[in-house]
Amino acid sequence: MTNLVTNAPAVASRPAPAVRKTGKVNPLNGVAHIALFLWALATAGPLIWVLLASFKSNTEIFLGKPFALPEHFSLKTYTDAWTEAHIGQYFINSIIVVAISTAGTMLLGSMAAYVLARYRFPGNRAIYYLFVSGLAFPTFMALAPIFGIVKSLGLLNTFTGLILVYIAYSLSFTVFFLTAFFRTLPHEIDEAALVDGAGHLRRFFQVMMPMAKSGLISITIFNIVGQWNQYLLPVVIMQGAGSDSNWVLTQGIANISVQAGYHAEWSTLFAALTLSIIPMIIVYAIFQRQIQAGLTAGAVK
Amino acid sequence: MRHGKYPFIIGFLVVPLALYLVFVVGAYLQMFQLSFTDWSGFGSFNYVGFDNFAKLWDDPVFWIALRHNVYILIAMPIVTIAIALFFAFLLNVGGKSKGGTTQGVWGSKVYRVVFFFPQLLALAIVAVIFGRVFGSDRSGMLNGLFPDSWSPWLFLADERWALICIAIVLIWQQIGFYVVLFSAGMGSIGQDIYEAAALDGATKVTLFFRITLPLLWDTLQVAWVYLGIAAFDLFALVNIMSVNKGGPNNATQVLSYQIYLNAFQNSQAGYASAIGVVLFFLTLTFAALTLRVTRRDAVA
Repeated sequence: MTNLVTNAPAVASRPAPAVRKTGKVNPLNGVAHIALFLWALATAGPLIWVLLASFKSNTEIFLGKPFALPEHFSLKTYTDAWTEAHIGQYFINSIIVVAISTAGTMLLGSMAAYVLARYRFPGNRAIYYLFVSGLAFPTFMALAPIFGIVKSLGLLNTFTGLILVYIAYSLSFTVFFLTAFFRTLPHEIDEAALVDGAGHLRRFFQVMMPMAKSGLISITIFNIVGQWNQYLLPVVIMQGAGSDSNWVLTQGIANISVQAGYHAEWSTLFAALTLSIIPMIIVYAIFQRQIQAGLTAGAVK
Repeated sequence: MRHGKYPFIIGFLVVPLALYLVFVVGAYLQMFQLSFTDWSGFGSFNYVGFDNFAKLWDDPVFWIALRHNVYILIAMPIVTIAIALFFAFLLNVGGKSKGGTTQGVWGSKVYRVVFFFPQLLALAIVAVIFGRVFGSDRSGMLNGLFPDSWSPWLFLADERWALICIAIVLIWQQIGFYVVLFSAGMGSIGQDIYEAAALDGATKVTLFFRITLPLLWDTLQVAWVYLGIAAFDLFALVNIMSVNKGGPNNATQVLSYQIYLNAFQNSQAGYASAIGVVLFFLTLTFAALTLRVTRRDAVA
């Protein structure tokens, strides 16, 4: 080995030669750990800071060190956030809207995608491209007309209006993804069901839907996360006097932040933030694998 | 067998298609119509020809907003992709070798889980959190961490830094997603390719640039498009984080926010639609350019 000194770094950093001694540390490893650890810190740091600050008094937030433990734990900020700042209300609004709109998106999206993927009829391609072209344009482009259309239908400041708009703007991606998915499913089972005399409806609900389960789950998660996190559309549709009782979580938090800023009174805001982050952590802890798969699904396929 | 085919097709398509036509296609078509009117957002309107577009041409704020969009559109994807590739590479092949296979560094699963989490948070909530992280007095996280002897940094209230702060927040939120995406891509590259290259004496750096990167090209292309979309839509960040509505002194002004401000604060919905029309053509250009630039010969 001694005459191979010049080659040593290359040898040491070889990823895979079978002759290598097991577990020999390579120089990149230390750097890798430091870099990765620092980014993990940068990711978790702000969230931990929010959690700590949610128990602190306003004075502590201003005078203490950011990552110092709170002097005493009190849930007062949390009860304030839940009742006075209406976080509870916003939370329930978000759940209602997203539950209905995601269910609607999935039902309507898979119906359209199924027909477009498995039936030949004049106009099939045109309708497919009409749906898919929506992917190219950002939602905020047509804010004023969206507002105008919802208003002319008398649906401003209603859950119905928000839900219909969510569904309409989620259809592009849902139809795009599910059409591709339905096309890959085998025709044999479908044909067997046909021979057995199953009608179009039955084949869709009892043959295709179960077979498409994995794709449906991915895209459901994608839509839930996307619609739960939506901020632009609620801001446009739920505005004006008296709309605040219909606000969704993102809108509510943004408003609490503005109110907190007027009085430089931050503790309630931190409690509200913690309340909106914790459910995401719990859901993520349980469904981590499915969520990563669902959100990256659009990019991979 | 063909019995009832058309009723079924129509039955399945009519509702989704109707919703889509009313709220999406209808909105885009109306945008073109409204861009030639003086609609305030309420009541009736008059057609004003190309007045809105002429006004747009002479509007310095529009050009500032467009410039900021272009800056972020170029810088944000490059920085995000570079950092995410670096981390994904470390996670996948940065570890030691054991029994002939390269493994990720110790704890790579934990890192992946932690990095990805911000992607799950609403951009609006991330914006509120970072509004406080960048707080311009001692109650802000960063100013709290700085030594007491420093005078507080202004961050978002400082013209020079405000836009950079906003770009950093977007990068913070996005990186984890691309680490996971690239990791998945790297995982599907056959181990034997790395082995063969390593036997030829390739270093890690060579492996990265000569094998990993070319084989990830498709994924990078997708990432570029996704990041481009995210970089265009900065509405939540600017609306929540910026001081003084896209300020200070328009330092964080972007097109999405201009559309919103004109439509709902300045009662110039016609003018906002004209900005939308310009954006429509910019988006088409971006899409076409992306296809051109990222299309590589399959054999190259």
